[in-house]
Amino acid sequence: MAGLDKRVATYAEALAGLTDNMTVLSGGFGLCGIPENLIAEIKRMGVKGLTVVSNNCGVDGFGLGILLEDRQIRKMVASYVGENALFERQLLSGELEVELTPQGTLAEKMRAGGAGIPAFYTATGYGTPVAEGKETRQFNGRHVILEEAITGDFAIVKGWKADHFGNVVYRHTAQNFNPVVATAGRITVVEVEEIVEPGVLLPTEIHTPGIYVDRVILGTFEKRIEQRTVRKA
Amino acid sequence: MALSREQMAQRVARELQDGFYVNLGIGIPTLVANYVPDGIDVMLQSENGLLGMGAFPTEETIDADMINAGKQTVTARKGASIFSSAESFAMIRGGHVDLTVLGAFEVDVEGNIASWMIPGKLVKGMGGAMDLVAGAENIIVTMTHASKDGESKLLSRCSLPLTGAGCIKKVLTDLAYLEIENGAFVLRETAPGVTVDEIIAKTAGKLIVPDDVVEMTF
Repeated sequence: MAGLDKRVATYAEALAGLTDNMTVLSGGFGLCGIPENLIAEIKRMGVKGLTVVSNNCGVDGFGLGILLEDRQIRKMVASYVGENALFERQLLSGELEVELTPQGTLAEKMRAGGAGIPAFYTATGYGTPVAEGKETRQFNGRHVILEEAITGDFAIVKGWKADHFGNVVYRHTAQNFNPVVATAGRITVVEVEEIVEPGVLLPTEIHTPGIYVDRVILGTFEKRIEQRTVRKA
Repeated sequence: MALSREQMAQRVARELQDGFYVNLGIGIPTLVANYVPDGIDVMLQSENGLLGMGAFPTEETIDADMINAGKQTVTARKGASIFSSAESFAMIRGGHVDLTVLGAFEVDVEGNIASWMIPGKLVKGMGGAMDLVAGAENIIVTMTHASKDGESKLLSRCSLPLTGAGCIKKVLTDLAYLEIENGAFVLRETAPGVTVDEIIAKTAGKLIVPDDVVEMTF
């Protein structure tokens, strides 16, 4: 890790500096495009009291779900958390705090955080429990609520390919929250399936420019499928 | 006879227009994709970041990196594009989606919708539903007209926590197609063989029955 070369050799290096009570933003939608090895490293490190911001919280035994096993997550900010029995138990027992956030608001909170915008108005959630305690206004007759941006101490991201400079491209719908998350971390760590030589990725195809990325690590991925659906050939 | 799930999807599909960008929710709304009328082309938006959702893959083409908002493996059709969640919700919240179809627990005469939370039961989250109802101009809610116990789901005021306020204008139930206007449900169409009296009996909110109500045909 020197200058503009963002590559690191080990997962321990990739997450160096992550300590108890930090906020971690994670890419992924369901189990698609999740930084599965970085999550496994957080489990190995044993850091506790984390606030985790992610659309979902994995499933029992895979993805962010494994961080529940040793109670490493104190608070979860997510839009949908229904796939996880351990999550339900910890929520009902009060060990785990959850802030349910509309999916588009969640994406926009991190986009704003990464772009230096402290808050924004949106119609999403007006008149619902999400609006409780939030400032409301009207623009052109439309009711809106004020939502604050989100940034994290760490952002963990799953990319397809990256180069030494930390330029990243994502594969298919494994993109999802990853580019947004990548912008909003104080330290952004990207794990990828392939690290290519500088110049291989065309400037016009980069999804996440390297300026947002601090560390890149090469991984191998299980890529578990949540709802396997096929048609007859 | 009350409409089957497939008939509900067929009826919603008649609202599709050539060139529409459409977001279909989970459940009955998903079935609408099977009934796109001949001769029109629509592009399906999936809020995880796919515009141009295609058919399910075969065993040979299945790809863990290619899913829809229901987390099912899918394919992308010709002309599709793939993008981030922020971009996806810019389309939704910016009002660029021509038609949104989603399910609900309750709707009321003010156009309020409740679809995500039943107090006392475990709350899993709203996903993208609040963004969809707040951002879209043209929304069709699909739901059963009454609960299994016969309780109306078309109310004067929603009893459950809302997903969105004042945003619903069209409701298709298993018994009828209704529009919401000026603080009332307006009956437009009845399911084949369902009487207006049955719909009146099962609609708790104010209901207007115009003279020109038509019976759906399939």
